[in-house]
Amino acid sequence: MSTASHALRDNLTMLRRNLLHARRYPSLTLNLLLTPVILLLLFVYVFGNVMSAGLTGGHADRSEYVAYLVPGILFLTAAMTSLGTAVAVATDMTEGIMARFRTMAISRASVLIGHVVGSVIQTMTALVLVLGIGVAIGFRPNASPVEWLAAAGLMALVSLALTWLAVGIGLISPNAEGASNIGTPLVMLPFLSSAFVPVAAMPGWFRWFAEYQPFSPFIETLRGLLLGSGIGTKNALLALGWGLGLTVLGYLWSRARFSREPRQ
Amino acid sequence: MTTNEHEPEHELAIAATGLRKAYGDRTVLDGIDIRVPAGTVFSLLGPNGAGKTTAVNILSTLIAADGGEARIAGHDLTAEAQAVRAAIGVTGQFSAVDSLITGEENMLLMADLHHLPRQRGRQVTAELLERFDLTEAARKPASTYSGGMKRRLDIAMTLVGSPRIIFLDEPTTGLDPRSRHTMWQIIRELVSGGTTVFLTTQYLDEADQLADRIAVLNGGRLVAEGSPEELKRLVPGGHVRLRFSDPAVYERAATALRETTRDDEALALQIPSGGSQRELRAILDWLDAAGVEAEEMSVHTPDLDDVFFALTGNPVASTDKETVR
Repeated sequence: MSTASHALRDNLTMLRRNLLHARRYPSLTLNLLLTPVILLLLFVYVFGNVMSAGLTGGHADRSEYVAYLVPGILFLTAAMTSLGTAVAVATDMTEGIMARFRTMAISRASVLIGHVVGSVIQTMTALVLVLGIGVAIGFRPNASPVEWLAAAGLMALVSLALTWLAVGIGLISPNAEGASNIGTPLVMLPFLSSAFVPVAAMPGWFRWFAEYQPFSPFIETLRGLLLGSGIGTKNALLALGWGLGLTVLGYLWSRARFSREPRQ
Repeated sequence: MTTNEHEPEHELAIAATGLRKAYGDRTVLDGIDIRVPAGTVFSLLGPNGAGKTTAVNILSTLIAADGGEARIAGHDLTAEAQAVRAAIGVTGQFSAVDSLITGEENMLLMADLHHLPRQRGRQVTAELLERFDLTEAARKPASTYSGGMKRRLDIAMTLVGSPRIIFLDEPTTGLDPRSRHTMWQIIRELVSGGTTVFLTTQYLDEADQLADRIAVLNGGRLVAEGSPEELKRLVPGGHVRLRFSDPAVYERAATALRETTRDDEALALQIPSGGSQRELRAILDWLDAAGVEAEEMSVHTPDLDDVFFALTGNPVASTDKETVR
């Protein structure tokens, strides 16, 4: 009983430590937020008319493209902030204090759990921020309270999955630069999804990948929940499957890497 | 677990037998035995690359040994690792502070991880910061601390949980002489409070100043163990070093003087000597008789190199090995 309550307290202590880092040094998170926000503005105000004309077949209206784009930008944001997590974990592992944690009678998992919970909180905050910007430039979701709840749940699940993957990436990286490099493919995935253009508009040989990679089902499901467009059982199941699967995979991977002996 | 121990277990803070560790085909520890009675200072003395840090890492549960067994504070190192961790405090060679947060936040972090009640945690933090002269810098990020301050914060963090056994891995390496003496003072205070200290160092004088017992580690083996006095008795005295500028003169001197150690690269000769007036005069007479003139002559008191020379016959043991890290 007391071990469980000690473990809980360790988790909270580590969470506080990570949130303290984020509060003390917000520039890393803010820099990562910049990319999705700039892309959002760029695609809406600069490319918006052309993109919407492509979507609707001739009729140019950038406000329609806002509705299409925002869900994709939200998951791009989640991917970007998870890159920040990978960098933070890699940096943390090179810090001398990690050796101290390993020689203390604390719950070992708390080191990682502190990172994960802290990152999910940061990602969700970032998502609310980006969603706010989306609404400010004309994004008008018509979701019911239940749909909003489901959308929040989906975003939390995806954040959790991406964060555990990012923790694993951080653990295998020798340093911050390494984590940033290894994490880049993860950030590229949203660009190869239905975030900016529908999968149907992509070349045939590529369509299969774009359709089944995690981000397209995530984005399509969120679009459906927020805008009332059809989700389809396939996308809903794929989104749930990828979300849960990647969470478990990332968790097992991170745990295995962390329990290895520190590098000499 | 073994019952055939001759000494009562509870009096030994650290009891290790046959510890070994290898990385690939490089053996770092080749079966070392360590026994440290509770309340004493034990110093593991050795050059870089001798295996000191590996020994600390194993005994502090950071890494696992390939062979051998150890009990720390009566708990088995592998089977009861958490109990061992609860009894020890470790200050490693590289500063184990969170440099992104302040000194005070580092201390409170430790208090939380030791599950101290909030109020008690604040109290311990304030006391230790005061004791280690860090109160003024308490609200500044640890990244802005000097080397000596970081080391003090490091030890203060180690003390938050009032550990019975403290491992200090080269606590004074890289510190200026003043910080070094402050650190010695801190270690003496710890011991007077009943704490067992396991200390590694490259400096004989440091071990001499602080330790009740010294073990000399070389190439993964303990080559000597004893009290500082016993070890120093192994080293008859220091040496006189003669440096030459002309290789021909150096060669002449090397053949004329027997019992010297040559350093061909530096064109220097080492002659065992206690440094007394009579011994120095004898060397000068020799040089005159041989008709050679040294560029520089210096007297060296016994240091780690001499201990190593006396114990292993190798001057400056294995410093070349260290570059592989």
